[in-house]
Amino acid sequence: MSNAIEREQTAASGETLVDVQELKTYYGGDGFFASPPVKAVDTVDFEIQRGETFGLVGESGCGKSTLGRTLVQLEQATEGSVSFDGTDITELSGPELKQWRRNAQMVFQDPESSLNDRMTVGEIIREPLDAHDWKTKADRRERVTELLSEVGLREEHYFRYPHQFSGGQRQRVGIARALALEPEFVVLDEPVSALDVSVQAKIITLLEDLQAEFDLTYLFIAHDLSVVRHICDRVAVMYLGKIMEIGDTEELYENPQNPYTQALLSAIPRPDPSVTIDRITLPGTPPSPRDPPQGCQFSTRCPAKIRPEAYADTDDEIWHAVEQLREVVRERSRMSLSTTDQLRKRLDRFSRFDDIEETVTDLFGELSVPQSVEDHVRHAVELVKDGEPKAAQTYLREEFGGVCDTTRPGHHQVSAAGRESYCHRHLDEYEDTTTVLANYVDGA
Amino acid sequence: MQSVEPDEETEPVLAVEDLQTVFHTDRETIRAVDGISFEIRPGETVGIVGESGSGKSVTARSIMGLVESPGEVRSDSSIRFNGQELTELSDTEYNEIRGSGIGMVFQDPQQSLNPVYTIGNQIREALRVNQGLRGEAAREEAISLLESVAIPDAARRLDEYPHEFSGGMRQRAVIAMMLACDPEFLICDEPTTALDVTIQAQILELLDELQAERDLSILFITHDMGVIAEIADRVNVMYAGQIIESAPVDALFANPKHPYTRGLLGAIPGQQADGEPLRTIEGDVPTPNEEATYCRFAPRCPDAFDACNAVAPAHVDVGGDAEHTAACLLYPDGETEETRVSHHQSLGTPRDDTGETNE
Repeated sequence: MSNAIEREQTAASGETLVDVQELKTYYGGDGFFASPPVKAVDTVDFEIQRGETFGLVGESGCGKSTLGRTLVQLEQATEGSVSFDGTDITELSGPELKQWRRNAQMVFQDPESSLNDRMTVGEIIREPLDAHDWKTKADRRERVTELLSEVGLREEHYFRYPHQFSGGQRQRVGIARALALEPEFVVLDEPVSALDVSVQAKIITLLEDLQAEFDLTYLFIAHDLSVVRHICDRVAVMYLGKIMEIGDTEELYENPQNPYTQALLSAIPRPDPSVTIDRITLPGTPPSPRDPPQGCQFSTRCPAKIRPEAYADTDDEIWHAVEQLREVVRERSRMSLSTTDQLRKRLDRFSRFDDIEETVTDLFGELSVPQSVEDHVRHAVELVKDGEPKAAQTYLREEFGGVCDTTRPGHHQVSAAGRESYCHRHLDEYEDTTTVLANYVDGA
Repeated sequence: MQSVEPDEETEPVLAVEDLQTVFHTDRETIRAVDGISFEIRPGETVGIVGESGSGKSVTARSIMGLVESPGEVRSDSSIRFNGQELTELSDTEYNEIRGSGIGMVFQDPQQSLNPVYTIGNQIREALRVNQGLRGEAAREEAISLLESVAIPDAARRLDEYPHEFSGGMRQRAVIAMMLACDPEFLICDEPTTALDVTIQAQILELLDELQAERDLSILFITHDMGVIAEIADRVNVMYAGQIIESAPVDALFANPKHPYTRGLLGAIPGQQADGEPLRTIEGDVPTPNEEATYCRFAPRCPDAFDACNAVAPAHVDVGGDAEHTAACLLYPDGETEETRVSHHQSLGTPRDDTGETNE
């Protein structure tokens, strides 16, 4: 296959097709009494070159699907711009938007739910053509037959229903539908996640062939990092609505610079038992995008977090316990109190949170905690017991928080090819991530 | 998890022999599991890997006695747990085994958790039924179980409902619940498939620790070759209801013998040099609805020859040691086609089998 060569050429053309600037997509949060919005996409910037495959990876809830949907205007951007060939599409509406939509299509993850079971495969693929009044009825019919063969299905499949097909074939129908109007740009939202590996290989090969044939530009969204490595020219790693690292795929996989990318890549199980990987196992789960950390989005789980000066020499185990306590307090501050509990709080009879003592004993019990740390821990625990976990959270952050907890990092260029990473550690005054993480793995 | 040196002499914890699980439909009988045999020795992790429809989950359910009408475990199948034949047990006796002997973790933790009870309630219930613990003692034990599966702030977590837990936490809670029964054998059916990769790493690490601590034997079922490489000591590859290759994990990945295994490994992205296309396997997985008098992989096999459509392959040694076997007419290596085919014919013991149940 000529894919490798094809890619070289397209990547070299260097013409920007999609330019995303300061894009934010929030859910909810409007209205006076609304709770804070879910910041699904929180200020991202990137460009997609014409003809390339741009990958977007991250764990569930990181905002990658929302970002993809925003790019094809299935979600309304809260702020920022998406320029497509120079036109800001977030400003489009009515007939202009409809006209533009021909250019940008989407393939969805779940071929079970993205195809209407009551329509035949032919009708499904013809629907976009009908919607845009494409040529004559006979032409449409012919076009559908042509599409069927392009995606590896047969003409007689026209009158069958989706349930008569396997998952892989259904995904082919979804791809044919997306290609019906000859778009330039296709968002592929986890197109192979629901498929078995041998079927997945066929669909990936099909997507590669179609790209070469029709000069398509892909945004490929996936949580499976090995698929992304195979198909993408450039990749962006997302976490909690933010791009953590972005750059050339091969370079990023070979030599990741951001602590999150490093941890994520080390977590992929390799189909080779003879390789031992220095796995960086991240603690806990991502925080809620409704209440992201004040500093770096990744700070609550980061293994390379920068400690404040005052605690630079504190024993690792004690520091780890402090971090865990902060996570516990953070979790508790999310809880809403029942009316009875709020009443009790007013009457100073609140005891719901007294069990935090058990947790503290568990965390610090066997350690010899220096007085300086212990006093602050005690104070925070008292605040929690008084029913003020939010105050305790702030107190702990002010005392034990370093630059990662208080300040959002910037994007720093980390390679000659222009790769960027979102982390304080790229500043000269801090030790770089690779060294810190090597120690972390050894210590664990 | 290659710490365990399997001792040939030890009695297996679980011995499955010629397990056949069929599903009767109006039109045909589907042989979801069609005569598979394997053993699991104490402290060992055995993996079953295969694509959807290969029969791996039905195998798990058959062992747990969870196959219900229209499904049926054929009467000549044998599943022995610590020497005890499970296929002959009554429902009550089976409950006993499920409670304390064998634990199971499913892909979807929601399935195993009741949404209207708190996590604490559910763990305490398991403790009451299995160990007779009540009141404060049960609470203490529940907290220590949650801590043993690394759930922080366990005391508060006891009072939360399943929906307040994240996916990874829920799977941990299910594992804690299962540990309350103190099983010696664990069946994990795709326990990490629904989880993100960083959370998957946490759960695999947890299972590893628990296995070492409690000397558990594990049957691990997954479609992910990467996970299998990491967790299993020995691997069985399933295709259309049959085990087509069985080997120690290192041998399987270093030296896959069956064309299907090779195809599967070649289809995994990220293993090829840049720009090289993925290998694909032509065709689709067939539905095993008739007796296997031929190789079920033959229609898709790049190396198939005439005899593949006429002779059912038997398991023959293919590697340096007796632990590595494959059911394929290409082996034993180095023999002429004729000798190989007649070797397989002589090994094949035709079952009295008409597709009907003989009861």
